[in-house]
Parts: sequence; C-alpha cells; structure tokens
Amino acid sequence: MAKSQIELKVNGKSVEALVEPRTLLIHFLRDQLNLTGPHIGCETSHCGACTVDLDGKSVKSCTIFAVQANGADIRTIEGIANADGTLHAIQEGFREMHGLQCGFCTPGMIMRAYRLLQENKNPSEEEIRFGISGNLCRCTGYQNIVKAIQFAAAKLNGVPLQEAAE
Amino acid sequence: MNDMTPSSAERAAKLEGMGCKRKRVEDIRFVQGKGSYVDDIKLPDMLYGDLVRSPHGHARLKGIDTAKAAALPGVVAVITAETLKTVNLAWMPTLAGDAQMVLADGKVLFQNQEVAFVVAESREAAADAVELVEVEYEPLPVNVDPLKAMTDGAPMIREDLKDKTDGAHGKRKHYNHIFSWQAGDKAAADAAFAKAEVTIKEMIIYPRVHPCPLETCQCVASFDKIKGELTLWGTFQAPHVIRTVGSLISKIPEHKIHVIAPDIGGGFGNKVGAYPGYICAIVASIVTGRPVKWVEDRIENLSTTAFARDFYMDVEIAATKDGRVTGLRCYTIADHGAFDACANATKWPAGLFSIISGSYDFPAAYCLVDGVYTNKAPGGVAYRCSFRVTEAAYCIERAMDIMAQKLGMDPAEFRMKNLVRREQFPYTSAFGWQYDSGDYQTALNKAMESVGYKKLREEQKAKREAFKRGETRELMGIGVAFFTEIVGAGPSRACDILGIAMFDSAEIRIHPTGSGICRLGTKSQGQGHETTYAQIIATELGLPADSITVEEGNTDTAPYGLGTYGSRSTPVSGAATAMACRKIKAKAQMIAAYMLEVHDDDLEWDVDRFRVKGNLERFKTMTELAWAAYHEVPPGMEPGLEAINYYDPPNFTYPFGAYICVVDIDVDTGQTKVRRFYALDDCGTRINPMIIEGQIHGGLTEAFGIAMGQEIHYDADGNVTTASFLDYFLPTAVETPHWETDWTTTPSPHHPIGAKGVGESPNVGGVPCFSNAVNDAFAFLGSTHIQMPHDHWRTWTAAEKLRLHA
Repeated sequence: MAKSQIELKVNGKSVEALVEPRTLLIHFLRDQLNLTGPHIGCETSHCGACTVDLDGKSVKSCTIFAVQANGADIRTIEGIANADGTLHAIQEGFREMHGLQCGFCTPGMIMRAYRLLQENKNPSEEEIRFGISGNLCRCTGYQNIVKAIQFAAAKLNGVPLQEAAE
Repeated sequence: MNDMTPSSAERAAKLEGMGCKRKRVEDIRFVQGKGSYVDDIKLPDMLYGDLVRSPHGHARLKGIDTAKAAALPGVVAVITAETLKTVNLAWMPTLAGDAQMVLADGKVLFQNQEVAFVVAESREAAADAVELVEVEYEPLPVNVDPLKAMTDGAPMIREDLKDKTDGAHGKRKHYNHIFSWQAGDKAAADAAFAKAEVTIKEMIIYPRVHPCPLETCQCVASFDKIKGELTLWGTFQAPHVIRTVGSLISKIPEHKIHVIAPDIGGGFGNKVGAYPGYICAIVASIVTGRPVKWVEDRIENLSTTAFARDFYMDVEIAATKDGRVTGLRCYTIADHGAFDACANATKWPAGLFSIISGSYDFPAAYCLVDGVYTNKAPGGVAYRCSFRVTEAAYCIERAMDIMAQKLGMDPAEFRMKNLVRREQFPYTSAFGWQYDSGDYQTALNKAMESVGYKKLREEQKAKREAFKRGETRELMGIGVAFFTEIVGAGPSRACDILGIAMFDSAEIRIHPTGSGICRLGTKSQGQGHETTYAQIIATELGLPADSITVEEGNTDTAPYGLGTYGSRSTPVSGAATAMACRKIKAKAQMIAAYMLEVHDDDLEWDVDRFRVKGNLERFKTMTELAWAAYHEVPPGMEPGLEAINYYDPPNFTYPFGAYICVVDIDVDTGQTKVRRFYALDDCGTRINPMIIEGQIHGGLTEAFGIAMGQEIHYDADGNVTTASFLDYFLPTAVETPHWETDWTTTPSPHHPIGAKGVGESPNVGGVPCFSNAVNDAFAFLGSTHIQMPHDHWRTWTAAEKLRLHA
C-alpha cells in the first residue's frame, strides 16, 4: 500500500514519518514511535486508554488515522513530566491518592485530566466525573481518580487540597 | 538506650510495614506510561496472528479454503485444525477435565469460535487475510438455554462425547450433561422441609457476565529451534500453571519452557485459563521459527475468552414462624457453554458453591448442581470471586430477603437472628466447611448504626404511604447483604489443579547490605503486590519496605505457585512470605546471639533488632545481622540469609462483610439512583488500608455494573448480542456511586499474620446488596424477586407488571 509522508510534533520533538493511509494514530505512536504509554482497550472508541492530547484537545488515538495528524502537535503520557524530570502534578496526584491499580487506563486517564484541568482549572466533583466519562477504568471505581484530579488541581492552583466531603 | 536512639514506635513507622498506607511502588512506572504490558513487546522478526471465527452458533464445517489468504502478500502461514492434528494439538485438555477444540474440528459450537489462525508480517496483513479465508458452514439447530439442554430432542452439542456415559465427575445423564455435584445432607434437609412452618422457593438467575479487564488476553510465543526452547510472554494470572499445562500439551519438556507474565492490565479471573489463541501462537512460532504475537480485540474478549456465572438456582428456605432458619435446599443448572473450561480446583466442578448457607446457622442443608453444554462460549471462571462463591452469596442473600418478606420481618432483623454467633467459631456449617473466625453481629450492628438504618426504614415507610396516596412516583429501596466468603484455595487435602496441590510460595534473599528480594508464585494484575508483600517483610524482618524488591511472573526465577485468583495471594503467598521471614529471623537470631555472646533465648525482638533482654543498649540490628550473615556466621553455620517457604494452608479463610445500599427508583422511567452505599469489610489483619479501600471501591464498581446492567446475552440463533462496549455495560465515572467504606478486624486464627484476603469481597457482597435494594423497593407491592440486571428497561417492566403505570 502506498505510504504517505507526515510531519508532526510529538512531545515537543519534530517527527517525520511514512505511514499507510489506514494506519491508526495509536498504532503509529506505539509501533513506529515506540510510545507504548497509550494503550488499546477496545476498538469502538469507548475505553479511552489511547487518549492523547492533540492540538489542545483530548483525542482517542484509535479514532483517527495517523495521516489526519499531519501537522499536529501531540502530547502523550511520556511527554508531560516537568522539565526537571519530576512528575507532573496529575501524575503525582494519581500516586498520592491511589488513583490507579493495574495502570492500563492510567496514561489515557491522566492525559484526559491534563486537558480537563486546562479547560477548567477548578472543576467540581461532578464536572470531573463528567469530564473523564469517556475513559473507562475497571479497577478503581473512579473515586480515587476524582481525588487525584482534585489533588492536581489544588497543587496547580497553589491552594491547599480540600478533601471531598465523604 | 541513649537519647539519640529513636523509640520503637518511631523505628517501626519508618519501616512502612503492615498497617501503613504505603504509597504504591508500581505507580512510579505506571503514571509515566512506562509499564511493560504484553502488547508493548516487540521482538525482531516478530509475526502477528489473527483468528478466523465462526459467524454461526452451531454449524457443521464443510470445508476451509485458505488459498486466497495464503497468497496475500505478507501472509506467512494459515493454520487450521488439520495443521494442528499433525502435532496432536487440534484439541486441548481443560482445567475441568474436559477437552476443548483449539481450532474448529468438524463443527463449530458457538459464535466466534476459533476456526483458523492466520500469521502475517503485520497485524494489518493478518486482519486482511482473515477476511480471505473461505469457510463453508452447514447451520445446525442451536440451543442457548441451559434449562432446555437436557430435554428430549435438544440439539446435541458435543458429538465427540455421544457414547461417553461417564464424564470427568461421574455419570452423565443426558448427551448435553457434563456433571452432577452435590453437597450437604439431603435426608436431613428434606426432613427439615417436611416439618417446616414456613417455606419459600424461588428461581434465582445469575446471568452470564464477563470479567472484562481493560487489557484483553494476549501473548507472544517465541520458539528457539536450536535450543528446543519456548519463551511465552502472556497475560497470565497463573504463569506456572500455564508452563505445566503447556508442557503437558506440547510435550516440550517443562524446563525448556519459560513463561513470563509482565505487567497485566487487570485480570479478574479472565486470565487464569489457557485459550486457543495461546496454543495457536505457540504452534505458529514452532512452524515458522519466528516469534508470534497474538492480541485479542474487545469483541473476541467478550465473546470467547472465559465468561463467568450463568447459574440458574432454584432455592428453598425453611424456617420457623418466629424467624429461625431450619433448612436450605438448592438445585442449580450451570451453563458451561460448549466446553467445560471453567477454572476451578479440579475436584470441585461447581467450585465452592456449597458456601451457599452463607453467614447463617442452618441446621440442615443440601445442594445439587448439574452442569450442561449449550451453544455458548466456554468458561465459567471465577470473576473476582473464589470459585462460584459469588453465585452462592447472591442466591442466599436474595433468598433470605424473600423469606424475611414472607415472615413479615425486617431483612436486617431476620439476618441478625440467624447469623452464626461469635461464640460458635470455629463454626462447622451444614455443608462441612469450618469457618475460621467471625464476629458477625458486631459487623451488622456497626453497619446499621453507621447508616442510621432505623431512620431509613421510617423514611421508606413514609414514602411508601406517599406513593400509595399518589404524591410521589418514586420508590425507595434499602438493600442489606451480609456475606461470608471462602477464599485462599487452598488446603492440599481439598484443592488441586490437575493434581498440583494449591499451595503457594515465597523465596526471600536478604543481601549483605540489608536490602533484599522476594519472589513469589502469585502474580499481581493491579492488586499492588510489589507494595504489600514488602510491607509484610518490613514488619517481620525489621527492614524498610523500600529496601525490598518484589518480583513475580517469571517461571524461571519465581518459586512454583498456583497464581493469583480466588483472593488467594494474601491467604497463601502472604502466609508463605511471613513463614520465609521467620526462617530468616531464626537464623539472624542465632547470628546475633553469637555476636553478642549470649544464649539465643536471652535475646528479644524489638522492631528491627535483637537485643539482650534487660539491656537495651546491647543489640544487633537486622541490617547488621545481614552483613554478618555473609562474613561472621557462627562456626558450622551456612553463610547467607535467605529462605523459601511453600505454604499449604491448614484451612481456607472466611472474610465477611455487611453492606447496606439505598436506592431511589422512578417507576415511570425505571431509572434507579444509588443514593448511598456503605460497605463494612472484615478481612482480618489489614496490611495496607489504602490498597484495601481501593480494592473495595473497584469491586463495588464491578458489582454495580453486574447488578445494574451487565449481561452477555445470546439470541435464539446463537448470536452473542452484547460483545462490545456499545452493548456491554461498563460503568463510567458518571454512573458510579460514591462509596463509603468501613471495617472491623477479626484475624484468621490459622494464618501466620491473621490476614484473610479482600479483593473479591466487594464483588461478592455488592451484587446481592444492589439487587436486594431494587427488590426491596417493590417488595411492599407483593413482588418477591426481579431478575438481574436491574437496568432501566427491566425495572420499568417490573413496575409495569405490578400495574404501576395504569
């Protein structure tokens, strides 16, 4: 199959590659760029394990072709730690609040939270729950994921964490 | 002790041992996307396998033409049952004593059954080639209803067993019959019913559901022709069992098989068994001489690899008029699909279903289970439960509510009256199980007080009256469930898999500088073993948890164990860890005595050190003793500081809990809102309260999914209609209720650290609690039992049947 050339930015680095027109973005990221953080959990765009940030939006990377990402600026879980190598506040929040178990949904969940907290700096619990409803988790029951995102929001806003009312 | 020495309590806190909410070790890699899952593995020259699957639920195979597929560029091989027959692998044995087709041989018996395996240079080429394999089918009559399986003229599912009158578990009474299994005392139970003052009887169905971990089942097989060795990476909850079964099936000597389970993206029972995809990948690697990866997609996962439940339980309870239970009977039809591939301890075809007397003091009880074949996917795995314990707990908890309703008693009061009392432990049930410990009344009382049970019932009474007056269209339901599990399989006298006793193991090596490594026969799939096992060691040996590496999943390095499922890791490998520590500690004590020039008995243990009794300043810390073990051991003693323990538990453990749920149901839409869910768990000694709470949250969410919306459904033609996330309900953060957790602590008397296991409790107790709440909402209108799942449509239908929409 004839391949198409694409140029894009991934985690701040310029990337040029040849891809088949039918190659999904998730396969391009995982197989060609060896970015295996984003995962594949379904083929119906329901689970969100493949979520990445594309031009300022959360995108399920199993839903678009790599050629559609031509010219895009993409960020994956591998690209959100702080410049000094320390964990991003959301990554820290997930660990502090026990927001993960098997870790399979985590990269997608964190990337969704990363965008959510830029769309809404101080989301309520209800807004967080709605905001991550495109990402499935089978282990945690979401309660600690909500807390993890609240932890990150508080840290990014420089305010003390208000524990959600039990 | 001088002022510089931290107190015992300060030193203990620094260890982050048992009881500490230690942050998880594994999270560091997971939050950075650096976990290592099977699909992340990429080997040089690796090929990709994909399966051709049957569109029919039951059909004769008239022919397979692979020519067009084989001719597609990039395709390396197409494997069918005929290929597999040349290596005697067209069928494989199941853990339950049956045989299962690896690839369709003469017939297909369920929709999406594996028919051919295509191997290609890329996953895309393999997928293309799957479309080009031409298969001719002659459809046959289909049966997907287990209650019709043993009727005259029902379609014969297994022609290969036509003349076999004996199955793996005794006589077969019909060509679709797999086994009959019974427990308890039938005569005693019948006698109790003959003189019963009050009885109830209800058919309680636990529908077919699926564990559905977010990562599907997958493997990479790499056969080295020169060495004759197979390396198999896979999503395996039980890597050693896979190695042994792999050796028995393939005839590759067991020492030449290396099974590696890397990080696993959830299991919940789905990843215990051996599946055709694994066998195909192994054969394809042997045939091609190249590594072969097989990754199932979500539809394949939901429709082929290991469903759970599908139990049809006809249950009866006998009681006195004043509300004391006197007898229990249950006749169950178990749908195992086309092959009996359920993952149970081999002697227990219906698992530990005879825990069905639950938490109650039944003087007499009897149960009989018939397993049958249907045109559905094979399996019957323990989905977040210990072998059929969820089915039993659901059945008894629903039945207790129905009896309370008939007696006109409050369901909590009726339970309280019949719970096994604290002074009865160790308690032997009517089925012969010896419950190790419990304090049930305390737990139920605490739960009722915490939620304000009495007030909730008063509110419900007022709402019911308002409903009758037409002032509201909302019904309030209060669900109560009290469950007892039987986990930690298990004692070798009772449990084996294919003859291998269900012990488990831990091997600990302490290095000269006082850090160490612990390897185990279990395998975490998200439970946090790397964190919690180290906490046991920290407390037992007085070394910081951070100084201990925990490693699982590599059969070359880990001691033999039966894996992680049935809440067995803590009860069995957790015990092995403590026992191995105690061997190490005993040796360290001898070294300490030698160094301090006192008798062993003159020493006492203090958090992280042995000290001379009565002299706090003469001591040797564990770190000092580790160093000494490598250069200063007493004469005649072997150097080194390591130990291994294979732990054969003396009994199962019996975690328990009291759950209460409040729902509000709109009778005009069937929409059910969970107002409140309170879960009190008693899992004995608590190793890491943060992880326990996380396990409870997750299990309750799975229970919510099962009770409120999940079903693997087949239509009459054998089409599975719920095999993707479009149709199979997984709760999102929006639907999932807020969870309130609580606990009591009743240690197991026979476990070295008193721990009982916890991961599965919320699934076991959660499902009946939700279902009881929905049923309770309608109980005052005369409804006794509404089948799960309680989705909007079914709940609306229940209201319609009660003429609430008139």
